[in-house]
Amino acid sequence: MEILIKNGFVFDPINHINGERMDIAIRNGKIVDSVDESSAKVINASGMIVMPGGVDIHAHIAGSEVNAGRLLRPEDHAKDVEPKTPITRSGVGYSIPSTFTTGYRYSRMGYTTVMNPSMPPLEAKHTHEELSDTPIIDKATFPLLGDWWFALEYLSRGQIEECAKHIAWMITSTKGYAIKIVNPGGLESWGFGKNVESLDTEVPYFNITPREIIRGLCKVNKMLNLPHTIHVHTNNLGKPGNFATCLETMKCVEDLAVDEKPVIHITHCQFCAFKGEDWRTMSSGAEEIAKYVNNRSHVTLDMGQVIFTDTTTMTADGPFQYTLYELSGNKWVNHDVETETSSGIVPFHYRRKSYVHAVQWTIGLELALLIKDTWKIYMTTDHPNGGPFTSYPRIIAWLMSSQARKETLKKVNPRARSKSLLPTIDRELDFYEIAIMTRVGQAKALGLKEKGHLGVGADADVAIYKINPELTDPSKDYKLVRKAFERAAYTIKSGEIVVKDGEVVKHVEGATIWLKIKTSSPIEVSEDIKRRFREYWTVEYENYPVSEKYLAISNPKEVEASI
Amino acid sequence: MVNLYPKREFKVPIFAECINPEIFEDKTLSEIAELEVWEGNKRKKLGEFFKIEEVKAETEEPTITLYGDLSRIRRIGTKMRRGIIKIQGDVGMHLGEEMEGGKIVVRGNVDSWAGSMMKGGIIEIHGNASHYLGAPYRGSTVGMRGGRIIVHGNAGNEVGAYMRKGIIKVYGNVGQFVGLRMRKGTIFVAGDAEGRMGACMKGGKIIVCGHVDSILPSFTIENVKGKVKVEADEIAQGPFYLFLGDLTENGMGKLYVSKEKNSHLGFYEKYL
Repeated sequence: MEILIKNGFVFDPINHINGERMDIAIRNGKIVDSVDESSAKVINASGMIVMPGGVDIHAHIAGSEVNAGRLLRPEDHAKDVEPKTPITRSGVGYSIPSTFTTGYRYSRMGYTTVMNPSMPPLEAKHTHEELSDTPIIDKATFPLLGDWWFALEYLSRGQIEECAKHIAWMITSTKGYAIKIVNPGGLESWGFGKNVESLDTEVPYFNITPREIIRGLCKVNKMLNLPHTIHVHTNNLGKPGNFATCLETMKCVEDLAVDEKPVIHITHCQFCAFKGEDWRTMSSGAEEIAKYVNNRSHVTLDMGQVIFTDTTTMTADGPFQYTLYELSGNKWVNHDVETETSSGIVPFHYRRKSYVHAVQWTIGLELALLIKDTWKIYMTTDHPNGGPFTSYPRIIAWLMSSQARKETLKKVNPRARSKSLLPTIDRELDFYEIAIMTRVGQAKALGLKEKGHLGVGADADVAIYKINPELTDPSKDYKLVRKAFERAAYTIKSGEIVVKDGEVVKHVEGATIWLKIKTSSPIEVSEDIKRRFREYWTVEYENYPVSEKYLAISNPKEVEASI
Repeated sequence: MVNLYPKREFKVPIFAECINPEIFEDKTLSEIAELEVWEGNKRKKLGEFFKIEEVKAETEEPTITLYGDLSRIRRIGTKMRRGIIKIQGDVGMHLGEEMEGGKIVVRGNVDSWAGSMMKGGIIEIHGNASHYLGAPYRGSTVGMRGGRIIVHGNAGNEVGAYMRKGIIKVYGNVGQFVGLRMRKGTIFVAGDAEGRMGACMKGGKIIVCGHVDSILPSFTIENVKGKVKVEADEIAQGPFYLFLGDLTENGMGKLYVSKEKNSHLGFYEKYL
């Protein structure tokens, strides 16, 4: 099918196109130079913004953790019900929508690619089943390898190359996309009811520290030439004073960077930018982190913005989730995934009038605005931890308009407001920068070469929003901006129009992207590992890998490792 | 003022959130007939189920009167803020869910979850109420946050669970777990309670004027009171045993149980 998008204001930062009025031609799911206007479907995009389809670098949308959250929260489903239509299936859920609804809601906002971070390798099959059931969007998932027993063993013995081979086998066999590290060392310690306090606390029985784990896996990542960097959820997340740990984590891999390329991604940075001694004195550490990041190029971040709403927190960070339960007194789930990782779920309500929650809200926005280079920080809510992904348009409005921020600041806790830097920040992002933060930068950080731009040969994932950058002033008409980003005028996925005027008009399936890592010699799994699988895992070694047939639509990316 | 008469017997549950005086106000009869309801999984129109008539108003408040057996109709008066709904017959689940104001009067029995999560207004039931009266939706921890529920008949289990404010008065008997996990507010029971009153309660007041089998062991006796204030102009004559609990939650809820009807609880007096 051929499509011609005519006269839109195109924002394509990778090709340095900033709001120029031009046409975009699509043939067979790819962007091409030109198509025959008489036979192609013509979309008149005059007075509208044309951007590459949205890319979300971090959103928990599938897996056993998300499903446990669904089980835990029937009241979350009752709150938000979507009936079926002739095209779409029915679904429920506000903060943890069901799989089909997740796909539809993302595509309605013009998003076409979503990364599901944190997949316990043991739950890989479950995660892929859910991902296959998430329509329209392309997705990938990151296996949790920061507390993987074999990795810890190899690294404590200093066998980086063996570790790399093992990780290559793990990523390929669980059909993962990147190395996810959550509270390195902490999750293994949690098995003994402990946590790690700093980067240099030793992990029980493994003779290794979080610093060695992060550095080791960073080297592994480089050896395997993975498209994304290591994806790190820092130690001490969600504790006052943890901005120091966050800075320390970024510093510990500084020397591993070459050619000013990023080597580490600190995810949901808001949750690890707290200053202060305890919850009473807790304040924002965004300034220090921004100062560090502004002078370095080896790190990328995502916001993890908090929205004032009732949501569900879920991470693989068991000890953190337990702390959250103690703070909130809410119902909770905590789980030890055999030898691999832990996890926890607690429903949480972020309130405007709460000092801590209001400070958290300001931290996210301060990070996004104080870090000068938008290629380094991306917009997320760590869905659903900070708020559901459906609130992205609200964040866009806050980023584009200081007036919108002031309106919300008026309503938050006065002590948090008076201590915050936010009222003094005048910076307002434009559509070009928003395009970078919501899609282009994320695609670049993920190494998705066919996504995040509209150059010839790119995947035809396009979002068109009904807002005229020449006639609207986003800093004043932020409500219009929010509305436009909530309901895309058109979303085009792989060359098919899937959304029109904010409604799904076609149900298509999205692909699952995974890495096929090629090493110089084929990876052999040692008899010792097989033996231990039999001894320690509930799943036999032979049944452990996810076969390619398991994925509804498989989109492997081949990677040549340098080992 | 609008009257609704069912056109036929209902077999499948019908979700009729649109039966709300505020929505009916300023609409013509044909517009009201077009309102959306769900019969099972099918989207239908209100006019397919009800004969709709306009009658001369008795009050200035927008009023809806329903007649007949409505025990399959759910969610009547959801989120209503003002006006009056009168129901002459039995009615289904979730009556007046998340209601904020106005009044609902039922001359019949009501199914479960009446006044669930309500914030204000009055629900008066002249027949019996079923389970979860004023309780929150499954999984939620925020129950009733205001308003009044008055039941002249009996009520089922878990009356006023997770209650945070407001008052529930039951003039008949109640089932088990009245005031489960309540935090504040008042529950008055003129009849008997089946047991496990105030389990896990943290605060608030439960008054039982009839017989109870036993008190949960996590409650301690505090006093014997001659009378208890139910609300501003209503006093329950005792004497009552006053228990405090639930200690498993470090709660300070007050549980008043009639001394007269429960002579078997007399042994508690030696702990005073």
